[in-house]
Amino acid sequence: MAVNLLLGSWVSLPIDGLSFERLDSLLYTFFGFVALGLFVGLVFGAWSVFPNTSFWLLCVVTSASSVVILLILLLSIFYRGIPAFNPPKDDIVAELSEIDTKLSALAADSSEAQELTARQTELQELEQVIDTSFLNKAPAPGAREAGIGPALLGSIWVCVGCAVFFLPLGVGTAIFLEEFKPRNKILRWFTDMLQLNINNLAGVPSIVYGILGMTVFATMFGLFGTSKDPFIELGTEFKRQYVTEGMQVVFIPTDSRDEEPELSDGMTAFKSDGSEVKLNIIGDDDDFPEDDATLNVSLFGDAEGGVVADNAWYSFRLPLGRSVLAASLTLMLVILPVVIISTQEALRAVPMSLRQGAQGLGCTPWQTVRNVTLPAAIPGIMTGCILSMSRAIGEAAPILMISGIVAISMGPQHLMDDFSILPLQIFYWAALPVNDADPHNFQHVAAGAIIVLLLVLFAFNSVAILLRQLAQKQLS
Amino acid sequence: MNKQIAQPKPQPTIKPKMQSQFLQSAVQEDSEPQPSVISMEDFCAWYGDFQALHNLKLEIPENRVTAFIGPSGCGKSTLLKWINRMNDIVPGARASGKLKLPDIDILSRSTDVVALRRRIGIVFQKPNPFPKSIFDNIAFGPRLHFSKLPKSDLDDLVEWALKKAALWNEVKDRLGKSALGLSGGQQQRLCIARAIAVGPDILLMDEPCSALDPASTSRIEDLIFELREQYSIVIVTHNMQQAARCSDRTAFFYEGRIVEEGATQDVFTRPKEQQTEDYVTGKFG
Repeated sequence: MAVNLLLGSWVSLPIDGLSFERLDSLLYTFFGFVALGLFVGLVFGAWSVFPNTSFWLLCVVTSASSVVILLILLLSIFYRGIPAFNPPKDDIVAELSEIDTKLSALAADSSEAQELTARQTELQELEQVIDTSFLNKAPAPGAREAGIGPALLGSIWVCVGCAVFFLPLGVGTAIFLEEFKPRNKILRWFTDMLQLNINNLAGVPSIVYGILGMTVFATMFGLFGTSKDPFIELGTEFKRQYVTEGMQVVFIPTDSRDEEPELSDGMTAFKSDGSEVKLNIIGDDDDFPEDDATLNVSLFGDAEGGVVADNAWYSFRLPLGRSVLAASLTLMLVILPVVIISTQEALRAVPMSLRQGAQGLGCTPWQTVRNVTLPAAIPGIMTGCILSMSRAIGEAAPILMISGIVAISMGPQHLMDDFSILPLQIFYWAALPVNDADPHNFQHVAAGAIIVLLLVLFAFNSVAILLRQLAQKQLS
Repeated sequence: MNKQIAQPKPQPTIKPKMQSQFLQSAVQEDSEPQPSVISMEDFCAWYGDFQALHNLKLEIPENRVTAFIGPSGCGKSTLLKWINRMNDIVPGARASGKLKLPDIDILSRSTDVVALRRRIGIVFQKPNPFPKSIFDNIAFGPRLHFSKLPKSDLDDLVEWALKKAALWNEVKDRLGKSALGLSGGQQQRLCIARAIAVGPDILLMDEPCSALDPASTSRIEDLIFELREQYSIVIVTHNMQQAARCSDRTAFFYEGRIVEEGATQDVFTRPKEQQTEDYVTGKFG
């Protein structure tokens, strides 16, 4: 009731500027606070009179409400998302083509043809339904054609890349802070500062890391040029793309991004399928060619081509730009503090007596960590890493700053490739206007994508939990 | 030092263990003094500004059991930890004076701590087996120190160490099982076996029986008695009877100083100092 009153006041406030309305809303606010105060007073009063019953009641209410909230959450996601998981429509497609062949053989006005046409419209409507093929289709302007293929692949790339960086860095830092505490006063002050920083960074909102990642990784403060004109570029081949007078696309390889090839008669160019052609350049004195074959390879001498870059799998550039690598590093920054803190906790939980035992046997500090402390802490470390990975795969904000691409036709092929990720794709689709009349709009695809994200998360976690159980079994 | 530790040593003959015999044997051994294996002079130790040990002078004889007794906080454990430099990792811990093995200055900066700890094994108050199998616990030290030890030698070494620690018969059928499944007493004997397996000359024991029941305690005491044939043993204990039962020499510590040091028999029956008498008779401490 209190909440209702409060809400009412806030909602009515901005509607119009009439003074009595304002007074009204202020009154509402006042009553709202009074009601809230009464409620809190009642709870505390009850608590002081019947502490045991109240506590029991509170426990029951909170646990029950958390279960109910979870249930509602899952229900709403599945209510929206399940339509995306219709079986593939291969039989409908097959039947449609069958009808097509039959129709072409029949007279248009025969009763059989009308029946077939009716069936055809029915099937065509059915074909419009979203199905599981959205898992590997690319995003599209229409909800029925849209899919999460590139985003799913992008998410996996980014998360694996992130794990490659955060595992050694996070665990290494934690081992340094926990097991190799320096005895030197200045160094100790330095590690104390480091610890303080890490503890504070764990709570920083992820969008802040997005800006940081964009500045540091994607653009590198602009010190190394722009992503269009990078300081270092390896494994990238450039070519100029021309459209001939016969509307054919041809490519001419060049040595660098800026090099403009000298067009000359008879020079070699490549078509998009890789086949070679000899170019025909139309000079000022030449006649415009007539036949299609010549037109297809003809260019004016002053034709301008666009730059196209071909990246090899090992390609690398500085600054990193909108690449998978930049995103992985940014996500690493987001979860690194959590990984470090949880790994430190796990290492702290290893009894001191084990370390002393190892040192008493003549272990060097590193041998102690390698043979005793780390194996004993592995289950705890893995728990922290699992939770961090789960956070990483669900983060949209930091990636939003680096790569806002939500209409991408392919998943990433290498570390320098453009990409999208699932949370970003979901965020974009969910923000599109809802058309309630259409039973298959983007919200369904988004909900379907959420279910996929949950499943990926679940798969991640179960593998990791399984590994942890194995490690634990080995220890005890 | 250059013991062939991979080869099992001859088993000492097991003597009947009666309390009176312990004391008797201690008296007999005392008549023929042994060369000292650890000697200290003017040894002082600090934790930060607090001086924990004051000008100690002590000789620890070879192949004898030396007991350190005294009330809590009197510095016995500190001394023990300095003997194999376990205090290195404690922030603010430092020491001065002379603390020497016959051939090595323990306190010297250039001393190889790892090699030192191989010569001076330590057993802690609470049994601390690693969360590994029984076999791996014993093989842990040898694997680190002798790389490329053949499997058969390692098996022999583990068996030898377990026999030496009087544990072999109890665990020979379950060497692959976790060491955490053993009882407290067995775990402590496992820790002793683990320390022996590295091939030390000296064994330091920091209240090895304080976390164990009387039956296990008595087994460990028997073990200590047997081990003194080959090792010089230093045992820190709060248990006066234990010191009387299984040590040859006793040093009584009080507030960081050695009040009295001598043959166990003498310290317990004819103490020179009033403080010692008060402590061993239970008037304080």
